[in-house]
Amino acid sequence: MKSDLKIVVVETDRDLAREIVDTLKDEEWNDITVLGDATGLARRITELEPDLVLIDLANPSRDALEQVSAATAADVRPVAMFVDHSDDEMTRAAMAAGLSAYVIGAPEPERVKSVLKTAIARFQVTSQMRRELELAKQALEDRKTIDRAKGMVMRAKNVSEEEAYTLMRKTAMSQNRKVIDVAQALLTASDLLG
Amino acid sequence: MTRRVLNCGYVPLVDCAPLILAKELGFAEDEGVTLNLLRQPSWSALRDLLALGHLDAAHMLAPMPFVMSTGLSGPKSQIDVPIVLSANGTVLGVSRELAKRMRYKGWQADFRDPSAFATALFHVPFERLRVGVPFPFSMHRLLFEYLIAGFSDTDRSRIEIITTPPPLMADAVAEGHIDVFCVGEPWGTVAALSGAAELALPGTAIWAHAPEKVLGLRRGWIADNDDTSAALVRAVYRAAEWVGSAENRPLASEILARSEHLDLSDHVIDPALTGQIVPRAGNAPWTIDGFLKFHDGATTFPWRSLGAWIGHQISGLHRLDQSVSEETGAACFRPDLYRRYLGTSHVDMPGASAKVEGAMAHRTAVASARGAMLLGPDAFFDGKTFEFSAAE
Repeated sequence: MKSDLKIVVVETDRDLAREIVDTLKDEEWNDITVLGDATGLARRITELEPDLVLIDLANPSRDALEQVSAATAADVRPVAMFVDHSDDEMTRAAMAAGLSAYVIGAPEPERVKSVLKTAIARFQVTSQMRRELELAKQALEDRKTIDRAKGMVMRAKNVSEEEAYTLMRKTAMSQNRKVIDVAQALLTASDLLG
Repeated sequence: MTRRVLNCGYVPLVDCAPLILAKELGFAEDEGVTLNLLRQPSWSALRDLLALGHLDAAHMLAPMPFVMSTGLSGPKSQIDVPIVLSANGTVLGVSRELAKRMRYKGWQADFRDPSAFATALFHVPFERLRVGVPFPFSMHRLLFEYLIAGFSDTDRSRIEIITTPPPLMADAVAEGHIDVFCVGEPWGTVAALSGAAELALPGTAIWAHAPEKVLGLRRGWIADNDDTSAALVRAVYRAAEWVGSAENRPLASEILARSEHLDLSDHVIDPALTGQIVPRAGNAPWTIDGFLKFHDGATTFPWRSLGAWIGHQISGLHRLDQSVSEETGAACFRPDLYRRYLGTSHVDMPGASAKVEGAMAHRTAVASARGAMLLGPDAFFDGKTFEFSAAE
């Protein structure tokens, strides 16, 4: 029986939450609760009494969980800590993957490790996907900015698209800047000057 | 000279100004350091990254070095403070509903009277009082706890501290999740302007000179990187001195608003920098002396007694050994490093490394390396003073 470890996943993005839950369930961890709501998080976790809480390192609500570990009231379960102090390597791997985990109480370390390994692998894939998505978004934004700046140069100097781009690139090279920086400067200047 | 790249974590708040300005005004570059400022989503993320060595330095809540060094919060790691980044800058607010009930109990909403506030607060019948603070180990929480501790009839079990990220504080009040909050600007102003809350006290009304943010470095890292550590402290000192000067504040506000490091507009940055605080939407502002300090009154100096006070307060709240906590707290604050790093420059140094906390009701001249320097005020609202043998 593997399913006796109670796991809480804190994640507001429903799709991401489902992916994590599915991955854990594939490994036959079945007692999983997803919490998305940022307010009242500490209270909910205290009520649920999980053994393990998994949360994205980038989640700004993480500090709310610190309350659980800092609570002194006698009716609150005592120990909460970051991953496992005794296992630096796993702590670092979790952090690199963008995962923070709280172990509450004293569940068997081997079981905790097994969950964490699965979660770390999942988070690695997710953060890789997020990075790629960010890069793709940024590239698209940059292209739009450069196109707008190119249009401005074409109108102002009455040159072709290619000539406008060459001009921007030359300026960038001579100033040791990127084309996108030159494009942004042009747009800012034109916004200011109306 | 080899240029060192330094990874420095921060949380986007007005009081990280000395770090942003050290970079933007070129003070860090002057010292041969490239300051790589890395924004953190939470204090706990910043804490873990510093403890595990992913960050070299960090903008931290003043009690964090103590709780990290004792292992009370996060992976245990000895963190030292070679320079204080800011003092004060916090406000205490209440929900509109609670404010109304406190007025029935005779509260005059005097922004400078903590005793009247606490008296009215505890005359309101409530089952439980939910108090929002940014982090369990923050000066915000310590100030609130200090304020209510003086009211001995307070039933502690009815008071619930709820950690709430500052940008969510206004929503948490509006949605009825918290009744009281203590938070750094601009988040108090944001909550007041939203109409959900009103501000009741500036933090200075509780303690006139509370260390708010500090620069935290791992003790082991300092030992291995003494030159870089010195360069960073010098750059941060110059930035604090620059932003501490009133005439630079408008420009500082603009640089902070425009920098990529903060997502705040200048109209929410201004109240903190000018000390003009509007307690209720539509009301005239109160002018708070020393609302947010960066340099004045030796704010940057890491007095051992500040660390001891933090250790003392937390030992009471978390049932730790009091004298050990005071010693550990005092040891986190490093006037010895401050003196060594800044001693060769124009910086004036106080003669002592610890002071009696709370002893100065007014600005007071004390002996310094150059004759005399002005300190304070640093009084507590109840007139108590704290002298720690651990800090000597």
